[in-house]
Amino acid sequence: MATYQLNVNGERREVTVDPSTPLLWVLREDLKMTGTKFGCGISACGACTVHVGGVATRSCVVPISHVGDRPIVTIEAMAADPVGRAVQNAWVEEDVVQCGYCQSGQIMAAVALLKHTPRPTEQNIEESMGGNLCRCGTYPRIRAAIKTAATQLTKGGA
Amino acid sequence: MVAPAIDRRGFLRVSFAAASGLLISLYLHPDALGQEAPMPQQQAKVYPPDAFVNIRPDGKIVIQVNRLEFGQGVQTALPMVLADEMDADWANVIGELAPAADVYKDPLFGIQIVGGSGSIAHSFTQYRELGAKTRAMLIAAAADRWNTTPDKCRTEASVVHGPNGKSATYAELAADAARKPVPAKVNLKSATEFKLVGKRVKRLDSRPKCNGSLKFGLDLDLPGMKVAVVAHPPVFGGRVKRIVDDEARRVEGVRDIFEIPLAKGTGVAVVADKFWPAKQARSRLKIDWDLTGVEQPDSSELWTRYRQLGNTAGLVAVNRGAANAFDKIAAGDRIVAEYEFPFLAHTPMEPLNTTVRFDGDRGEAWAGSQFQTVDQIAVAEVLGLKPQQVTFHTEMAGGGFGRRAVTDSHIQREAAVIAKRMRGTPVKLIWTREDDVQGGYYRPMHYHRVEVGIGPDGLPAAWRHVVVGQSLLMGTPFESFAVKNGIDETAIEGTSDTHYNIPNMHLSVHHPKVNVPVLWWRSVGHTHNAFVMETLIDELATRARMDPIAYRRKLLKPDAKKLLQPLDLLDKATSGWRNKLPRGHALGVSCHESFGTGVACAVDVSIDNKRPRIHRATIAVDCGIAVNPLSVESQFQAGIGFGLTQLVPKGAITLKNGMVEQRNFDSYAPPYIIDTPMTVDVHIVPSSEAPTGCGEPPVPVISPAVVNALARLTGKRYRTLPLLNV
Repeated sequence: MATYQLNVNGERREVTVDPSTPLLWVLREDLKMTGTKFGCGISACGACTVHVGGVATRSCVVPISHVGDRPIVTIEAMAADPVGRAVQNAWVEEDVVQCGYCQSGQIMAAVALLKHTPRPTEQNIEESMGGNLCRCGTYPRIRAAIKTAATQLTKGGA
Repeated sequence: MVAPAIDRRGFLRVSFAAASGLLISLYLHPDALGQEAPMPQQQAKVYPPDAFVNIRPDGKIVIQVNRLEFGQGVQTALPMVLADEMDADWANVIGELAPAADVYKDPLFGIQIVGGSGSIAHSFTQYRELGAKTRAMLIAAAADRWNTTPDKCRTEASVVHGPNGKSATYAELAADAARKPVPAKVNLKSATEFKLVGKRVKRLDSRPKCNGSLKFGLDLDLPGMKVAVVAHPPVFGGRVKRIVDDEARRVEGVRDIFEIPLAKGTGVAVVADKFWPAKQARSRLKIDWDLTGVEQPDSSELWTRYRQLGNTAGLVAVNRGAANAFDKIAAGDRIVAEYEFPFLAHTPMEPLNTTVRFDGDRGEAWAGSQFQTVDQIAVAEVLGLKPQQVTFHTEMAGGGFGRRAVTDSHIQREAAVIAKRMRGTPVKLIWTREDDVQGGYYRPMHYHRVEVGIGPDGLPAAWRHVVVGQSLLMGTPFESFAVKNGIDETAIEGTSDTHYNIPNMHLSVHHPKVNVPVLWWRSVGHTHNAFVMETLIDELATRARMDPIAYRRKLLKPDAKKLLQPLDLLDKATSGWRNKLPRGHALGVSCHESFGTGVACAVDVSIDNKRPRIHRATIAVDCGIAVNPLSVESQFQAGIGFGLTQLVPKGAITLKNGMVEQRNFDSYAPPYIIDTPMTVDVHIVPSSEAPTGCGEPPVPVISPAVVNALARLTGKRYRTLPLLNV
């Protein structure tokens, strides 16, 4: 067991866990932030995607001991983020979700994409979203919602 | 196990209870302070549950949904149906998933279930009547209050309006309405009076699913809760011989390690404070397994056995016309086709889980279950309780596709066995993705051998067909539902009842016994039967040099209107692109009816990096009244993506020496965004007929349509799945 000082959604959080514990399980079980989902545990589905140091990261394979002082941002902070809010609104507007289990990860991946690429091409979308599984198959609406969010965000001449 | 009451008398009994007033009860809910405000003679809270509609003082109307919501949109659609007849203000309607209870049983199946694409189809009239009866009771209460008669009152947006400008909200009337008798009979709206049904209504659960606040079963957190994982035998039915657990017990946070019985064989449960220590400890267990007398199936041996079986006729399911018609067809006019379909795992995104607490004389369970009645009975049986002593909560589920409706309730039994030992402590059992991929309950592998004799008109004059595959239901409490004369109808659905006019047809079935647990997988037997039928029909159309839509229309029986109308609509909807595809692209067509819903599908496909690239898909569907056309559209847009699990190169479960060769999404990889159509347009046949299901019917059409397009590009026919590189 070791104690870690984490920066989660802008707040200082302290946890005492085994150093091998993946960030995913620290978020879910120690910090009780269950918006980040467990899907595979081997970074093959993207359900656990969060931003670590601004980069979309599969939290299921990042041991807590490797996080350091890099800021962690999760789905719970998206409503307060301008891009996050736009993406969530686009998701609702396009009625994207079905079972919804993968959508936290999808939204985190989409937000990371739009932060770096405000006007993504179809190919940008396929590359950035390419590792996020949706068993329901909501992909066509995910594509549409990303374009809707991009239009919304770039309207102001960003 | 105890067979659940699923006979027709059970159905009638539930209906009778409904007529006598059990089915609807309105009650006041906890007030703002969280205190109960029970009505006399009314249920104060959901337990014991007998209510469908709860009108709160704040005007919110909570409607209990007698189904699991796991993506199909029923948590929005059934409240729409009820709210429409009730004239409830939609902006204040909340849909809640009902716990296990008699009143929430499927009116047709007699158990609480999500299956057979029946959530809307079976409960449409039920929810309309519930809404209309509730409305009538509210009007009766208002009429009393105003000393008038119900016919002088009208309703709109949760308000009753009476003579002389009088009005009262539903919330104001709820307490009085709850004391009114439930009318035995009510008039339902005509289709033109619908305000919600037939409209594109957005899902009620979008926002909480987009901000991480919605709790799935796996997110459950109870005071003092522990987490359990189970080490399962490497071969189905293996038994624990010896456990060395010193190292595992040294993992901090581990509470207990013990052997448990499984549906087949035995396993070792690890209970810990949290998931990670439980998983760490499990990986440090050293277990010797006893595989004595356990069959160790091997995929390549199974294929050899299945092919041999397929060369002989099995139990006869269809024998129409002349038995020897095929033999009279010249060799050049025959097609002999062999098909292979592997085992498929469902792999819903939310790993399987169930939480159980055992308190001696009570039990409580939380599960994203498609099969509440059966799972509640199973938990009770393990805990030594009666079903009504087990409170069974329906948790929101992250997909399911059939995997959460298991006739032996093996997940719930595992959880209950562990909870029983951990008495007083809630235990959440989690199956990791590896447990899920390797844990069985797959779509069974199937072999089809088909001999088609082509007549002078290019139509099939003779059809001889053998299907080989494990039965889903033989030996389960549900056997009598689908197994007739030794034939499991779910193995041949979509072929035995084909709407194509095939005058001479012989269909027979072999059901080998194999030591691999199998289960219905979204659209069940239609997954493989539609693939066989629709690829062969396409080949026949090509040989006849006919347009694939025109050929199907010609071959379909005149009364197959659930397919003919979608084909007509597809013809129109694709006229702009179907015959104008760029070089390197090809059209693929299919149509199939399942669960009462007819679907026609056209795709535009090219080959990119040896894989099919699906540029667009157009779907035409006849599902009767589309209760929520937006939801129907979404089901089809996404459901065809699920259907493509059959085609992706890593879409197969295989066995070697009894052990599953795939482990996780690295080796069993369902479709990602790149594997699915870039756009999907869905066209709905206008209809005033009763609604039919939309959960499963998207799945069967897509794979045959795609390989039919590939056949046009390469000249090859693709009959072995998964589809390896083209």
